[in-house]
Amino acid sequence: MTIDVDSLRDEFPVLRQEVYGRRLIYLDNAATTQKPSAVIDAIRHYYEYDNANVHRGVHALSERATAGYERAREKLRDLINAASVREIVFTRGTTEAINLVASSWGDANVRAGDEILISEMEHHSDIVPWQLLCERRGARLVVAPISDRGELLVEEFKARLSERTRLVGIVHLSNSLGTINPVAGIVALAHDAGAKVLVDGAQALAHLAVDVRALGADFYVSSAHKMYGPTGIGFLYAKSPLLEDMPPYQGGGDMISHVTFEKTLYNETPFKFEAGTPNIAGAIGYGAAVDWLNAKGVQTLAQHEQRLLAYASQRAEACNDLRVIGTAANKATVLSFILDGIHAHDLGTILDREGIAIRAGHHCTMPVMQHFRVPATARASFAAYNTFDEIDVLFDSLDKAREVFR
Amino acid sequence: MFDLRDLYQQVIVDHNKSPRNFGKLAGADRVAEGYNPLCGDRLKVYLRIGSDDSIEDVSFEGEGCAISMASASLMTEAIKGQPIDRFTDLLRDFQHMVTSDLAETPDERRMGKLAVLAGVREFPSRIKCATLCWHTMKAAVEGDRAVAKTE
Repeated sequence: MTIDVDSLRDEFPVLRQEVYGRRLIYLDNAATTQKPSAVIDAIRHYYEYDNANVHRGVHALSERATAGYERAREKLRDLINAASVREIVFTRGTTEAINLVASSWGDANVRAGDEILISEMEHHSDIVPWQLLCERRGARLVVAPISDRGELLVEEFKARLSERTRLVGIVHLSNSLGTINPVAGIVALAHDAGAKVLVDGAQALAHLAVDVRALGADFYVSSAHKMYGPTGIGFLYAKSPLLEDMPPYQGGGDMISHVTFEKTLYNETPFKFEAGTPNIAGAIGYGAAVDWLNAKGVQTLAQHEQRLLAYASQRAEACNDLRVIGTAANKATVLSFILDGIHAHDLGTILDREGIAIRAGHHCTMPVMQHFRVPATARASFAAYNTFDEIDVLFDSLDKAREVFR
Repeated sequence: MFDLRDLYQQVIVDHNKSPRNFGKLAGADRVAEGYNPLCGDRLKVYLRIGSDDSIEDVSFEGEGCAISMASASLMTEAIKGQPIDRFTDLLRDFQHMVTSDLAETPDERRMGKLAVLAGVREFPSRIKCATLCWHTMKAAVEGDRAVAKTE
């Protein structure tokens, strides 16, 4: 299957614009993807026809809002092949989902002397919540190093697993390197050691077909806005027995079944973890994004993106003043690089004036920057609507930067 | 039409390539560190205050984009040998220049070579690159031991 990129691009209104008089070339998809009309329309439709609070009204609008919200949960369950919708908790995004696990599961299960094992390529959102947990509980954060290609050193990882390891936090698809981690193998190793595994899938779901049961992950987290959905909504998947035992994360409305001043009985999962009025429009938009992905086929989109990445990598290789950061054998969507004598931020500014949006910085993975001894990288990250022509413009525009700093 | 050279003037490119007063300062009596958490730029300024309350010598080291490197280099040139009061005035004038309205022409008589940095006004996300060294120097002048931040 191939995709018709031109007609696919027509589904993204934001791409029909010029920036500084140049056609917009959006290559910052690892930060956030653009949204197709199907998603924008679903959110608009919700606010124009169905807006009401969920799970409490007896009127038509509330029933429609509730149905839309819960349909989105079912779509996510189906997308990642979870066993039950009760295993899908809506959150503000990946970061909140990880914080939820660190606070709720972590405080109940991690004790002084225990260890949390993560990789060196984790995003700050899969580092800091564990540091906070370790501080609270007197536990230790252990880091498994990566190679100079940006791959997890599996032997080093194994060596750091022990009976003290309570949980492993691992990114599925690295946002700064593009590395796809061998998650199923990591889960198997962790389980052998008696540890639970949280997989950070923030970047993964737009580019990989994910089956949480095949992976064996105990927790899987992601965000809508990196997979063509809206910002402010994401989810936590957790295996039912874990979720059932976890204490509430936040207290409030919707998460209770009975409240007196003496005692409160909590609602069943997943509602126990969704205090307050949720991001209903966001969830409905998320559902539309999942429908859109399914209609196009994640694997079909991914094939196109792989060709883009291969072409971009080939053009990068042809530049003798360019160093690619992250050259894992199994990688997707991300080309991180540095240009000799030109700081990534200067490059970002110069490319911006050519209409090209890239990310320049540490990508919220400062330890990765420390590993490669660079202060920052420039990062082009691809989505289904990007073209080979755009990659040519990117590489041709590097000459502008070279000219300025010659 | 905007030209990238408005931002990356030749003076900036030169100072980025060969920053003046770069490296540790022997006999420094004030040191301060600056950090921009947004981009990870880090710099350290060294200062020696003379008996007459003037900036007898100054240097910096660190890593960052061309704007932050050039701004630090130009700053050290501008304040070396100047009374501390003059630094305080320049800091105020510099902050005004990089945040002023685009229609306002920078006062080259007051600002001297520093006027080349007025171009950052066109680039809101880059203003902090130019001001990091000034925040850091202020911390050094005031003897503040905390890391100066742009945020």
